[in-house]
Formats: sequence, C-alpha cells, structure tokens
Amino acid sequence: MSLLQQNLAAGRFVVTAEVAPPKGVDLAPVLAVAEKLQGVTAVNVTDNQGANMRMCALVLAGELKRRGLEPVLQLTCRDRNRVALQSDLLGAAALGIENLLLLSGDHSKFGDHPDARPVFDLDAVQLLDVVAGLCRGLDMAGKPLAGAPVFFPGAAVNPAAEPFDLVLQKVCKKVESGARFFQTQAVFTRCELERLMDSIAPLQVPVMAGILLVRSAKMARFLNGNIPGMCVPDEVVARLDSATDPLREGVAIAREAVGWARELCQGVHLMTLGHEDKIPEILR
Amino acid sequence: MIISEAKPVAELQEVLAPFGKLFLVGCAACATACKAGGEEEVFRFQEWLAGQGKETTGSVIIDEACHIQRAARDLRHHAAAVVAADALVVLACGSGVQSISSNTDKRVIGALNSLFLGNVRRFGQYEEMCSLCGDCILNETAGICPVTNCAKGLLNGPCGGMKNGRCEVDGELDCAWKLIYERLQRQQRPGVFARRVPPKAWSRRRKPGRHKIR
Repeated sequence: MSLLQQNLAAGRFVVTAEVAPPKGVDLAPVLAVAEKLQGVTAVNVTDNQGANMRMCALVLAGELKRRGLEPVLQLTCRDRNRVALQSDLLGAAALGIENLLLLSGDHSKFGDHPDARPVFDLDAVQLLDVVAGLCRGLDMAGKPLAGAPVFFPGAAVNPAAEPFDLVLQKVCKKVESGARFFQTQAVFTRCELERLMDSIAPLQVPVMAGILLVRSAKMARFLNGNIPGMCVPDEVVARLDSATDPLREGVAIAREAVGWARELCQGVHLMTLGHEDKIPEILR
Repeated sequence: MIISEAKPVAELQEVLAPFGKLFLVGCAACATACKAGGEEEVFRFQEWLAGQGKETTGSVIIDEACHIQRAARDLRHHAAAVVAADALVVLACGSGVQSISSNTDKRVIGALNSLFLGNVRRFGQYEEMCSLCGDCILNETAGICPVTNCAKGLLNGPCGGMKNGRCEVDGELDCAWKLIYERLQRQQRPGVFARRVPPKAWSRRRKPGRHKIR
C-alpha cells in the first residue's frame, strides 16, 4: 500500500505538491526541489504539462521513488495510444510507482508542438478501467500478465466547471472505473468546494483540493485566458492587483483555500510553480 | 460532402513552375458545391494560368471526380488535349486527384486542400459533424457525434477544460458533451450516460478503407 493510500486510509489530512520533469536531460535541479519539499506526503510528476514537451514523467517519478520520495505519476491520454499507455503503466509498476493520476490531458493546441497529432485513443474513464484490468493481471486484450501491478489510481475533477451536473456524472463514472482519490483543478472559492464535496460525499472517495499559488494579477489573467479549466475569479484578481506584495497576497489566498480544504476535504494538492519554498507558509 | 479549398497561390506557383501547358480537371459534385473546383473556379484558374504565362490545352468537369471509371472515360474523351499537356491540374478533393492519377502516368497536380466531410450550415459555411469512424454511437448520443464534435473525441463526458459549457480548444464552440447532455435531458432519457463507453474499435477505421457491397 502506498504511503499516500495509507495516509488517506488513516484519515490524515494529506498534502501533495507537484514537480515537472526538465526540458532537457538534467534531473538534478528538479530532484533538489523535490528533496527540499516540507510537509508533503507525495509529489505529483506532471506529464508534458500543458502539452509542452518535456522529459517523460516516468523517469522522474522512478528517480523520486529510488530516493525514497513518494511520487504520483500523472498519465495523460493525449500523447499515447492504448498500447503505449499500458506499456508505461507496467514500467511504472516495475519502478515501484503505485500512485497514479489519470487524465485526458490538455489539448495539443496549447503546447509548444501545436501541430502534433493529439492521440486520445482512450479517455480518462477508459484509462481507469485499463488500470483496474492490469491490477487484475489482464491487459486490454484480456491477455494475462506475468505479475500484476499494484496501483492506487486517482483522477481529476474541476469543481468550478459548468454545467456541474455534467461534471458530476463523469466523476461518478470515474469512481465506477476505480478512481480511489481525486485531485481537483485549482479552487478559488469556498462555495465551489462546498458544492463539490456535498455532491461527492455519497461516493466516499477522498478529495484533495487543488490549490494554485497565483503570484500576480498578470499571472491570474494569463491563466484565465490561456490555461484550460482555469478560472481565477475577479475578486481574487483584484486582491492581487491592489496588493503591494502580490506574491505574499498569493500565498495568503492559497492559505485561505487550505483552510477551507481542512474543513471540507481530505487533503490539498499544491501547485506552486517554482515557489515550493512557500509551501510551509501556505500550510501554516 | 467533402469540403475543400484552394491551395495558397505561392504553393501553386511553385509546384506549377516546371510546366508550360496544362489540362484542367474540375468536379461537378462536392468541389462545385463548396466553390473550390466547379466550372466557375476552373475557368478562373485558366485565366490565372494565362496571367502566369501558361497555356491551358483543355478542361473537363467530371460529374464526380471520385468515380475512377468515369474519370477515365472523361480523360479519354479529351485525349488530345490531355496528351498535349505537360501536366494535369485537378481542382477536386484528394479522392478526385487520385481518380485522375490512377488513370495516367502524367504529372497530376492537386490544386486544392481537402478539409473534412462537411455539413452545410448555410452557403459558404461548413461544419464537420462526422469523422467516418466506422463505429457509430449517434443513437446513444442524441444525434451529436462526440468523436467529431469533441476536440478530443472523448466518449465518457466532458474534459476538465470545459468552461461555462464551452470547449477548451475553441471558446466559441459549445462543449459537445454539454449539447449531448442537454438534448438527452429534453428527450428524457439517459442515453450514453447510462453506461461507461468502452474504448473505440479503431480497427474499423483501418486505412486504406475498403468496402464491397455483397
């Protein structure tokens, strides 16, 4: 049982952070960041985040595991077909990686290779089914595996998305397909988190509220205009706009969200984008 | 129908540079309807060629350029003009171009880019609604194809990029899954939402497609 799974099972408030593999071949800087993380149970490793080409997440997640850290491997359906996804999953298992976050993935259009052919051979629900199958010792073709992997699969949900009923039906499908935890996209209002937690309660799946450190009003505007599923409300943008120290204000905003999560959720997923040193302050 | 549009002028100039005499082929079906390769466009192309200092030896508008035998017959009817040309220029979709190229070893120049299988919203406005995937689920999705209308072709509901019911890839477009959801609600049936849709059998879309009526 992974450390993340144990902590969630024990009802401990869980904190996950996020690191991205390098655009290049040197793992040293990101490993140094990961090793310095404080108060964090597990670290998500992003998969060509935002459709920007980087080193494969599997390698960084494996390296974290080797150093005794607890990775959550993110796996998107955008860049691999069902053969490659299963193949990577078996590789992840061989490296001792158990925690997975299974995603559709942002469209290739948003990344640095916009002419790439988006794959989407599977969607996130189907990928969860595939993981469940592998754990039973069978691949998608029904062929037996020599040794079944052990995974703790999770999925994503966007609490701010409308229409919410439609979001919720997909959440239900994800749980039916074996999602054991959710990490949400960035949450900026208490009421959207309440709405999600009220609706999701009957499913009894732990939720880690996604909390994004927005360091300036400019960044907030960029996120709203360019990043899929991102919606920084006007009042948050206004707070950052009028702050004398916007980064500090961003930390305060994130800390408030952590407060709501402590009341409502089973954990938080912190997206600090290079400001990992602020994590202790956000959690205080 | 197949929606096509003219290639950029610079590309055409480059590809036509080695040739002085050309035979033009249009299509009376889709390329005519979307104003890319009908009689009018072939005539205008001929005038443009003249302006480029090139001679047109003849032209033909094939009823359906995708019909291989018909294309062969029409080329035979214009044999002299075809023989006199250095190359054939085809103002039709990629299918039409290949009907011609499979009937002659002369150089065949495609003058259009083929875009998609399109529905006509109104004149000059076309929308892709079907991807010819070979594994249709429209009966469950209230007649709205997620394979085509969802930018990611997802089969189990919207992605996390849906914002106020709009698509993450094009904010002008409604999320296909929102449209499916709303119409199913109006029809008072769960449709596709009643089950987890398994991965698609892309083997049905194996290329090149072949179909024989038995």
